[in-house]
Amino acid sequence: MSETLRLGWRQYRLERRMFWRNPSAAFFNFLLPLLFLFAGGAILSGSQHDLNKLLPAIAGMSVMSTTFTALAYNIVYLRERGVLKRIRGAPLPTGSYFGGVAANAVTNTALQIVLVVFAGRLFFGIGWPPEPLSLIVWVLVGVVAFAALGVAFAHAIPNFESTAAYVNAVFLPVLFLSFFVFDASNPPAFLKTIAQALPLLPLIEGLSGAMVTGSPIGKHLDGLAVLALWAAIGIFLGVRGFSWERAESR
Amino acid sequence: MSDAPAIEVRGLSKRYGEYEAVRGIDITVARGEVFGLLGPNGAGKTTTVEILEGYRARTAGSVAVLGQDPARRGLELRRRIGIVLQSGGIYPHITPREALEYWAGLYPRPRQVGEVLELAGLSEQADTRTRRLSGGQLRRLDFAIALVGDPELIFLDEPTTGFDPEARRAAWDTIRSLRDLGKTIVLTTHYLEEAQELADRVAIVKDGRILADGPPRELGAGAPHYRIAYRTPEGEAVQLDTDDPTTVLHELTGEALARGGRLDELSVARPTLEEVYLELTADE
Repeated sequence: MSETLRLGWRQYRLERRMFWRNPSAAFFNFLLPLLFLFAGGAILSGSQHDLNKLLPAIAGMSVMSTTFTALAYNIVYLRERGVLKRIRGAPLPTGSYFGGVAANAVTNTALQIVLVVFAGRLFFGIGWPPEPLSLIVWVLVGVVAFAALGVAFAHAIPNFESTAAYVNAVFLPVLFLSFFVFDASNPPAFLKTIAQALPLLPLIEGLSGAMVTGSPIGKHLDGLAVLALWAAIGIFLGVRGFSWERAESR
Repeated sequence: MSDAPAIEVRGLSKRYGEYEAVRGIDITVARGEVFGLLGPNGAGKTTTVEILEGYRARTAGSVAVLGQDPARRGLELRRRIGIVLQSGGIYPHITPREALEYWAGLYPRPRQVGEVLELAGLSEQADTRTRRLSGGQLRRLDFAIALVGDPELIFLDEPTTGFDPEARRAAWDTIRSLRDLGKTIVLTTHYLEEAQELADRVAIVKDGRILADGPPRELGAGAPHYRIAYRTPEGEAVQLDTDDPTTVLHELTGEALARGGRLDELSVARPTLEEVYLELTADE
């Protein structure tokens, strides 16, 4: 067990080092949500109501991009390049590998959320999160759900060249639909139903309660249940279909 | 215990749906031996080796690698083997030195990173990001990663495919130096010359079966026939394959003498490994 932890820690350190050396990954995972935040903040700067909506929406987007998007990209890249296959042949416990990868995703998400919280405090007239414990729980559950879904979604992507198309085909519609329903005062019922069944809107609503309005996690148990269900689906599909190799090199 | 073979395979078969990639293979590899699996592309070499490496589950047969079943994927076994995949990738944003330090940390008694860099001829590129390395340099890094854990048994799957002749010679030297260290090596190749140069023993594989196996020199000699060649007075080249060259020669020379002629360019040869290989692997 301690050996698994030790090797997982080494994997984590390797992942951290590689993350900062890859400028495009650092940009898409990190700067893009912050750019959205500041662009949105500039446009909406007259209305505190809109800023209060923007902050949790961007926080939710950050969770999704640092986990779902980043992992889908990475897994497909490593799989197609044969890196996963090499790792598979090394004396590295599977748990150490995925532990290191997951801890790396959690670190990115946590850094991102801290940046968003500071931005809210410093630039958007929003105080410190009124429900910090709820915030931690939401971020953790969000990370688990979206990371697992990212790993699972990587199975559906046939080659690295098409990764951007596949990821955006999911990421952008989910993002826009969830933002729209979250922001609209009276959204069409069917859109609302769809958005509430997807994992991002419940996360944004939960984050809104924890970061802005001060409604604790106990008031969002239905949303939490939706996220937990997606997490279970993601873990099931992620583990079941996981492939360490390119499809054609079977 | 150390007399036990490094690898023992009996009746190994592997089926993908309807397709039988491996059809009943027996292999024994002694410790310290360089064993070559030689055959054309698609013969089942890689499937066989990947079963030995623990990547694939077999359909039938028994497999022992260093006394263990690789299908169980035990950590202890994986610490004792080194693998050079046919096409294994590497993280693009780390350097060869960092890669080797990382991989060395996975093994209980690794070799020194600097020493392995030197052995693989990568000292000059030690601190270059791997995405800037050439194909040949990446292949040398594959070797280095497989060696850094100081494994007892090393699998090399088509290690020099795509190399120019000079790089191939250099890789052969590396492989010979591993053999001199007493490592057991399993090598797949579709280059006959490579098998001849490196392997103590060669198995010729085609369509998932072993057609012949033995030391490269004896494989040719052990073939059941001799080839007699000559030229007729009309200038026509004739080849005769026979298991009994004495009788055939007696008849041929008797005829020639009887008609007062000669047998130009008469030769009797035992087929070389190349001829055995080409004949065995030819499509009927």
